[in-house]
Amino acid sequence: MGLTVIKPGLLVTLQDAGRYGYGRYGISAGGVMDGFAYRVANVLVGNEDGAAVLEITWSGFAVEFQSDMWVAITGGDMSPAIQDTRVPMWRPVYIKAGSVLSFQQRLSGCRAYLAVSGGFEVPMVMDSYSTYLRAEIGGYEGRPLQKGDVLNAHPSRLPRVSSGFPYDEAGTFFTVKWSVSADLYSINDQETVVRVLRGRQYDDFDSSSKLALFRDSFRITPQSDRMGYRLSGPLLRLSQEKEYISEPVSIGTVQVPADGQPIVLMADRQTLGGYPKIAQVASVDVPLIAQLPPGGMIRFKEITLAEAERLYTDYIRELRMTEAMIKLKLKERANIGSSGSELRYGRELRRLPNWQ
Amino acid sequence: MSRSYSFFPLGDSAVLIQFESWVSENIHREVTAAARCIEENPFPGFVECIPSFTSVAIYYEFHRINKPDEFDTVYAYICSMLEQRMVADEAEKASAVPDVVEIPVCYGGKHGPDLELVADKNRLTPEEVIRIHSGQDYLIYAIGFAPGFPYVGGIPDTIATPRKKTPRLRIPPGSVGIAGNQTGIYPIETPGGWQLIGRTPLALFRPGAQPPSLLKAGQYIRFRPIETEEYERIREVSLWV
Repeated sequence: MGLTVIKPGLLVTLQDAGRYGYGRYGISAGGVMDGFAYRVANVLVGNEDGAAVLEITWSGFAVEFQSDMWVAITGGDMSPAIQDTRVPMWRPVYIKAGSVLSFQQRLSGCRAYLAVSGGFEVPMVMDSYSTYLRAEIGGYEGRPLQKGDVLNAHPSRLPRVSSGFPYDEAGTFFTVKWSVSADLYSINDQETVVRVLRGRQYDDFDSSSKLALFRDSFRITPQSDRMGYRLSGPLLRLSQEKEYISEPVSIGTVQVPADGQPIVLMADRQTLGGYPKIAQVASVDVPLIAQLPPGGMIRFKEITLAEAERLYTDYIRELRMTEAMIKLKLKERANIGSSGSELRYGRELRRLPNWQ
Repeated sequence: MSRSYSFFPLGDSAVLIQFESWVSENIHREVTAAARCIEENPFPGFVECIPSFTSVAIYYEFHRINKPDEFDTVYAYICSMLEQRMVADEAEKASAVPDVVEIPVCYGGKHGPDLELVADKNRLTPEEVIRIHSGQDYLIYAIGFAPGFPYVGGIPDTIATPRKKTPRLRIPPGSVGIAGNQTGIYPIETPGGWQLIGRTPLALFRPGAQPPSLLKAGQYIRFRPIETEEYERIREVSLWV
């Protein structure tokens, strides 16, 4: 009932939506970097919100399937393939036992998500499956995956598939005809516009820094990770030196240490920060940043709080529509199988979750 | 509750309530009281409160908030709900008994390799450093930096010592250190530049327990000097916690 890690890749961790309710104890929220890719991956394989997935940073990861499984791969494109046959992303894929799925080369983005139907089975620690690397808890023994690790899945809500379906030539997997529209998710390695609100200490910066923040572009440095993205660009300076009292931060908080180079706080951020906050990334653009690789360029665009809220409302509406479409497709027998073959869902159809 | 606070948006999913812009025990009591009022009477979509020195952040799930039309933004609606909840019980606040947590510390030796250095720099004997360090209670202003790490009020200037120029790569959990006029306890193994004067056998971060942190903001810490034997004895017990 599981997957065996053949090649560990750069950094592959189990993650979910994050660990909330413990920030007051200094515990980082963690969770997936790209919440959009995460949610879609789970919905594509009939999982409930909150199931654990693999966050695959960059290419080089490979797993062998010990049993037949429905999976979905979303997020950045790391050229997922089985025996050199490309496995399509953003749709349910049925993979036969014995197949080796490998992520061969980075084509776009920098994090892929692999969801298996049922969700990965790991112990919940403080209400979350997320790997908390710094505290070495959660996920798979609190650490990145290593060669030989065996991951099990909870029982699937999608039906088992018997023989006679339109597998690829090698007979290792098949996919459905539909997928989530790629326009919903365009990952761009060129300069990316990131929408931000003014931060709490924006006015403490001098006028040329305030101007440069929205005029110039910033490069993502290699010292960027799940804790934060360190940017390099024009120096951002306070109009006068000042010590700040540590206060709570959030995902997407842009703070500026004394060296004048901003840091965008990400999933594994600490709960409190003592540097002045020049900006705050709108929630809808956090997944965008999560997919930008080192060397990528960012340009900040100022928006108002009302605009950020409107964007967020639209984003949620779009996400819910996408989810509703997927759920509908999963119920439509005719859409499974690439040559019009049907899956005989029968009674099992009713085991699909009851979506509102 | 006094009305000496203001709201700031921390993005589109959190509100920061700022009390004053300087650190004091009185202001921190306001922070603690505000967090408690909101936690005891959460609004739909509330996620959590994170209290700090002079402010508390309230995190919410944007998609679960049903904003009435009379509010222009979800933020404005959240602020109004917070305002309603921050009704004060001054009497209760004043009569609150301080909650003091005793932290046994084995000072010096292998557990506190920098005790001599701290003593030398301040022209004191190690015994005097221990007496001063353990001679007062410290308010925990916030838990942060690492899971279970308490940010506490300042130590007397007489034992203040700058950080090490080169940080240690590994500091064992439970180590008690000094950096400038701050003192702290490392809950997990981590690199760090603090001067280490002792070690507690207590586990500050306990991921299996509820709550997962020995300490919380608003409590006071009192360090109690112990000998190696007691350190070992407590440590054996605390491994089972």
